[in-house]
Amino acid sequence: MSSATIVSLPDQSTARIPKTNFITKENGLLSWLLTGDHKRIAILYLISITFFFAIGGSLAGLIRLELLTPQSDLMATDTYNKVFTMHGVIMIFLFLVPSVPATLGNFLIPIMIGAKDLALPKVNLLSWYLYIAGGTLVLYTMMTGGVDTGWTFTTPLSTHYVNTNVLSTGLAIFIAGFSSIFTGLNFIVTIHKMRAPGMTWFRLPLFVWSNYAASILMVLGTPVLAIAIVLVALERTVGIGVFDPTKGGDPLLFQHLFWFYSHPAVYIMILPGMGVISEVISTFSRKRVFGYTAVAFSSVAIAVFGFFVWEHHMFIMGVSNYSTLVFSLLTMLVAVPSAIKIFNWSFTLYKGSITFETPMLYAFGFMGLFTIGGLTGVFLAATGTDIHLTETYFIVAHFHFVMVGGMLMAFLSGIHFWWPKMTGRMYPEKISQLAAVVTFIGFNLTFFPQFILGELGMPRRYASYPEEFQILNVFSTAGATVLGVGYLLPILYLTWSLKYGEIAGSNPWQATGLEWQIQSPPLTENFAEIPIVDHDAYDYEWLEKMELAKKQQEVSSVG
Amino acid sequence: MDHISPVLWQFLVKWMTNFALFPPEASKIAPQMDALYFFMVLVSLVGLTLVGLLIVGFSILYSKKRHPVAVQIEGSTLLEATWTIIPLGLFLIMFVWGSLIYFRIYTPPANAMNIYVVGKQWMWKAEHPGGQHEIDALHVPTGQPIQLTLISQDVFHSFSIPAFRVKREAIPGRYTSVWFEATEPGQYHLFCTQYCGTDHSHMIGTITVLTPEDYKKWLAESTSGMSLAQNGERLFASLSCNACHNGRPDARGPSLANVYNSKLRLANGQETIADEAYLRDAILNPSEHVTQGYAPIMPTYQGQVSEDGVISLVEYIKTLNSNYRVEQTLNTTGLLPESEPTSKSPSTPKAAPPAAKGTVTP
Repeated sequence: MSSATIVSLPDQSTARIPKTNFITKENGLLSWLLTGDHKRIAILYLISITFFFAIGGSLAGLIRLELLTPQSDLMATDTYNKVFTMHGVIMIFLFLVPSVPATLGNFLIPIMIGAKDLALPKVNLLSWYLYIAGGTLVLYTMMTGGVDTGWTFTTPLSTHYVNTNVLSTGLAIFIAGFSSIFTGLNFIVTIHKMRAPGMTWFRLPLFVWSNYAASILMVLGTPVLAIAIVLVALERTVGIGVFDPTKGGDPLLFQHLFWFYSHPAVYIMILPGMGVISEVISTFSRKRVFGYTAVAFSSVAIAVFGFFVWEHHMFIMGVSNYSTLVFSLLTMLVAVPSAIKIFNWSFTLYKGSITFETPMLYAFGFMGLFTIGGLTGVFLAATGTDIHLTETYFIVAHFHFVMVGGMLMAFLSGIHFWWPKMTGRMYPEKISQLAAVVTFIGFNLTFFPQFILGELGMPRRYASYPEEFQILNVFSTAGATVLGVGYLLPILYLTWSLKYGEIAGSNPWQATGLEWQIQSPPLTENFAEIPIVDHDAYDYEWLEKMELAKKQQEVSSVG
Repeated sequence: MDHISPVLWQFLVKWMTNFALFPPEASKIAPQMDALYFFMVLVSLVGLTLVGLLIVGFSILYSKKRHPVAVQIEGSTLLEATWTIIPLGLFLIMFVWGSLIYFRIYTPPANAMNIYVVGKQWMWKAEHPGGQHEIDALHVPTGQPIQLTLISQDVFHSFSIPAFRVKREAIPGRYTSVWFEATEPGQYHLFCTQYCGTDHSHMIGTITVLTPEDYKKWLAESTSGMSLAQNGERLFASLSCNACHNGRPDARGPSLANVYNSKLRLANGQETIADEAYLRDAILNPSEHVTQGYAPIMPTYQGQVSEDGVISLVEYIKTLNSNYRVEQTLNTTGLLPESEPTSKSPSTPKAAPPAAKGTVTP
């Protein structure tokens, strides 16, 4: 295997983690809690989203355990409803939305464009505090009885018919929403204003492009969610009647507002993940991304079209038949840029020199699962089949293929890929390759049966179900167990590697990004001097020349 | 094998014998939707195989062992155009095909028999034109287009019959409709697929498809003696609607004879067709639906009539085709007020859902 790897580590007997870096610069809890350093904030985010992921994941475990048998026997239906609501709220608003942008994006975007920090460091810290405030409120809600509206808060159920903590959950999402608005704003300003000399738009790594597209969605979409939540709160407390038909309101209006954010939100979640995949595929096949411009613009196209497809969540809800034509067509169009990306990534492999380290395995997993997730999305975009498939487990499976199979795979790929940069140490390769394979198998076993369940008609959000659906549900629960192991492994061995991992050196993957040309972990100010960029992204020939020049310099200085 | 693990054995046998990839096709539209579904499955399989082959093939051909030095390639406009246009074309075919089926499912034919369905937490109530009521059940004949007119009395529900491939949201305050024509006698699942609170997963029922002869028998056995329209007539009288809507020239309210499906000019100048939805709104929210030439004096009946009652009233008004019928109603004021033996009292807003109601204990 040794010839089949690109990993080039420094001599472990002499190598040391650089004494001065962003982790060692200052000590003490306060130096972290009051930091303006984008890298430290990224680490804070990483710890907090992992914490919430663990909670959301445990809730998912409870759901699968309940669904092992047709009766609702593990918990009462009310409890079940609270569990899946919390699972949704935590995973979407506290894990998926901030996952890649707030951790990897925060850490990498300034470095990738050759800047010393984000444009607004204090706003960056503020957005972490808002996230924590939102997260704490969600925990408070959970401790004080939970909420059972589903993460979609459909009115009038959420406004008039449930007695649970709708208001505190709404407030939590409202606050966490501002956290993502500020992050998006920060990225947009930074990418526009702080690129290093020579770093033109078309020299930006694709990771930056995709985060830029996601930031636009965050800034334009999230306020609408905030408005929808405020209206729900007002309706619930003082009964203003915007959504109440007995007062002349329209209950469908809420869904229009909610999905106007929540559909683009899935692109907020997936686009940064696509950026990770571009970086990883290029690095491990030693080639520039096939059709850079097409991949960059497909991100922007997804962001633009993504705003005009929300009604596809409401095809069966008595909207005008003719309006469904428009939204179905636009939804078909938004599928095209995703197809372009998949094929461009595939052809990046063509005539490359491919190695199969863990990030690459996760990236392959992403491509396979995202392809299935995307294609099943077309089943739902076509209005005729949507009637039968919507609101069933087909939706659940489709959504998890895109979000878990896609986004979470991309997140894990990125975490492994940049782990040496963030911590200065390598993760253990063999066990992490095993974890990637286990995750892939467990994922398919969990969610593939759900497509068939959905086609058979099993509705989502059911605590009990007709007996003939049991067998597929047993498969799904068994898969969830495997998947759980797959997620537990990285948490364990990554923690282990903080102390015992091999010293990574500045560029273990021989990658081209600016982040790989500086020490790991980086200095607080990233660059000793601002780099001047004179080459495109993914220019491996430039990298070779640089390495050669460095060696010659060393030889001549020694000589 | 079965002596190693009887449970596992049982499980495997059950799986092998019961395995189904799609539900029974029991309506006229089902095979049509399945054709599109299997077309999409086919396209997906081809697409997935293609991506899989590319990844696996390139991984083998261009692994570092075999291909130590990468060849840099910028991209290829021709290739990129290919994989833009071919998926786009396929997606457009699916769009057109899907829309054709969608319009068919949501456009009921003129000769359809109309059955009203009211959803409430957590039950379905079906009302046949002959006055037959059913809870969490629906009997329909084969070979006859059935239109369902759905409404919810509280939150969103969704009426789903997987074997018919139809589903429609029941929305508070608004009629929605869907139709189907059953082809295979048998019993099929009815699900509420829109999350509606505590007992969402118990809001299920059975659709029974009967041959036309059996259906006639069933109708005769289940009749309550009063059709929907007759119920409506009693309600019309007991609410004293006929005090104003009596068809006389000096009446305070407009004549309701032949009003159904007629074109009305409203006090605010708008023109509208008096369909079921309009009639319902005009009863519950009259101040916004004043016919031109009349004073806005009609009180609202919001909260006084249940959705079932409104349905009966609408059905009655639909049968009024001459003033003669209204005159007759005038003389029925001695009748008892309408009683609704099967309907629950309308649930009060914000009432706590009873936690343990309907929970199946193991």
